[in-house]
Amino acid sequence: MLGLNSRDFKLFIIVCIMALVAPIILNPFPTDSALGQSFNAGYPALMQRFVIFGILAIGFNILFGLTGYLSFGHAAFLGVGSYAAVWMFKLLSYNVVPAILLSVIVAGVFAVVIGYVSLRRSGIYFSILTLAFAQMSYQLAYSVLTPLTNGETGLQVYNGDPQILMSAGDPKTPHLFGITMNGQSQIDLGGWSFVFQNGYYLSALFLIASFYLSIRIFRSPMGLMLRAIKSNQTRMSYVGLNTKPYMLAAFVISGMYAGLAGGLLAAMDPLTGAERMFWTASGEIVIMSILGGVGTLIGPVLGAGLIKYLENIISKINESVLQQWFAFMPDWLEGSLVTILEPFVGKGWHLTLGLLFMAVVIFLPGGLVQGGQKIMNLFGRNKKSDAKRRADAPAE
Amino acid sequence: MDAIILQILNGLDKGSAYALIALGLTLIFGTLGVVNFAHGALFMVGAFVAVTVQKLFNLSFLTVDETRTDFLGNPLKVETPYVEAWFGENAGNWLQDWSVPLAIIVVIPVMFFLGFVMERGLIKHFYKRPHADQILVTFGLAIVIGEIVRVFYGSNPIQTPSPAAFVGTVDVGRWLGFEANTIAYPMWRMVYFAFSAIIIGGVFAFLQFTTFGMVVRAGMADRETVGLLGIDIDKRFTFMFGLAAAVAGMAGVMYAPILSPHYNIGMDFLVLSFVVVVVGGMGSLPGAVLAGFILGILQSFASMNEVKALIPGIDQIIIYLVAIIILLTRPRGLMGRKGVMEE
Repeated sequence: MLGLNSRDFKLFIIVCIMALVAPIILNPFPTDSALGQSFNAGYPALMQRFVIFGILAIGFNILFGLTGYLSFGHAAFLGVGSYAAVWMFKLLSYNVVPAILLSVIVAGVFAVVIGYVSLRRSGIYFSILTLAFAQMSYQLAYSVLTPLTNGETGLQVYNGDPQILMSAGDPKTPHLFGITMNGQSQIDLGGWSFVFQNGYYLSALFLIASFYLSIRIFRSPMGLMLRAIKSNQTRMSYVGLNTKPYMLAAFVISGMYAGLAGGLLAAMDPLTGAERMFWTASGEIVIMSILGGVGTLIGPVLGAGLIKYLENIISKINESVLQQWFAFMPDWLEGSLVTILEPFVGKGWHLTLGLLFMAVVIFLPGGLVQGGQKIMNLFGRNKKSDAKRRADAPAE
Repeated sequence: MDAIILQILNGLDKGSAYALIALGLTLIFGTLGVVNFAHGALFMVGAFVAVTVQKLFNLSFLTVDETRTDFLGNPLKVETPYVEAWFGENAGNWLQDWSVPLAIIVVIPVMFFLGFVMERGLIKHFYKRPHADQILVTFGLAIVIGEIVRVFYGSNPIQTPSPAAFVGTVDVGRWLGFEANTIAYPMWRMVYFAFSAIIIGGVFAFLQFTTFGMVVRAGMADRETVGLLGIDIDKRFTFMFGLAAAVAGMAGVMYAPILSPHYNIGMDFLVLSFVVVVVGGMGSLPGAVLAGFILGILQSFASMNEVKALIPGIDQIIIYLVAIIILLTRPRGLMGRKGVMEE
């Protein structure tokens, strides 16, 4: 179906359904209950982040997962995409179509330039070069390019902007031919309330398209070529193949994915700043992909979702919430548990993230996907088909 | 002319910090073949050792002096630092004043221990794994160390003054025959430069003139053969990791008065130090030191107003720009050896 083999098609369908019904399944608890307040993730602002960072991670995976080239400057493309989109809002109109188109194109052009230079080196040198380029973009956005980027204030749309395509009746927020991105409809069912937002669904459609494209790339002759480069680039050169165009293509595609994510971020909320390009942002992209399982199809999406979800709930927890949770315990136990856990929640989210990331790199180099497979094997289910599958696709 | 000399001097102290961190990075890479993204965190831990020592020396207890009263008429409460109570007023004050240099004595064993734990506990298991994995795990470690420091010290920069004897400026211009006050240079930065020159010289002398250093150099050249000769090279390399950590720690301690430490300075320095290492040539110790100073000086030249007027924004990006040009024209860096890190 759709040019996919049956297993990929199944995966694709699962991703489609998950993306489309996310507003329902991410709200398992009644809205006003304590559990719902803490653990529900089915509200638009968070779901948008799930899918947008999912797109970003899928793109990163095409580069790192297939070719093994670790880019430490991927956030630069995200930032450039956001700037391009906001400029389209400022110059043309709030319609998201030109904004997203331009953000992808600009990020692609940017990736051609950076990729052409960086790909002349490999290994750690490649990582440092991409890092240097991203830091350079970040510093430039803060200093000399202030007329373009509005420096520390961040770029946003003002009333005096030309917006030449804007007609009188158009909404004053990003929209798709009149359908506003922040427009939403809410359905209340008993204690539950589900919010369906236009912006989320636009992003989800892009996620589905991106995921489909990435499956096709993974299964294409080019994907095979990229894996061959990962396993032994020297040999590829010796058999007379020029690996450079393949690498550049992978780099540019991956940069365009990041540009798309940047454009979508701007379409959800039409302002942007240089901090989106800072190298910690690049580091976060790396962490997402690794956590989920780099080189697998679904891994990066899972990783992006998990990190954004944990970030959201863990940052919300503070001392009083912890005390509430452990209130049923004897006082001394409650006190010591709260003291132990306190540094890891709230502002300490990054500590938890760092530890989680280290644990995954040390014990589960294949990320959550590998973890899932291990658990499946442990229970002995599908042992035969699992083994067969691993033999079919060794890179996963 | 005097402006140029001033910029060179300005570049020297930043350059010496880069050189010290890059030296440690190169030591680790040259011996163990590991790309250590947590090295900036070690620098940061060093700076916080200085903070801790200063805080410890300033710990004090309250006593109520019945003979005097404060402005409200209550008996006066006097804070007496423990060090003053134990060692007398003069020695106590001296200890407080000199806490940053004294922290060096503390930092060496602390960092050796930390380096030893890091190498034996974590990095040892990553020799056989790809470089990307080493980068990732040390990157995670850097986040964890930074966040642990933040839990204990908060996220604001903590002022750590240098000894009173080194506050103020020296008039370098007078020494060189210029008029008075044309080239005034903060004294502590001079001290920093001298200190790092001593450390760098010491590390090189250690590698060059001791038997231990000779074995380590042999191990860097051909690890297997040294092992076959019956020398336990792993143990020595672990020691070198500790040494590299100690160098980064000392660089951090002495830098605390220049830049108030906060939990993220390690990351800021790390990115630049990596650029320094790559420009100098992966695995080349003299290259790392040379590149550190060159980039430090170039950076301070680029922040001169005349240069900024010519090329706006150059001060922000000069280091990265130089790195990109060097890597494209001399792929192994300034003094890189053939066959190091070339997959």
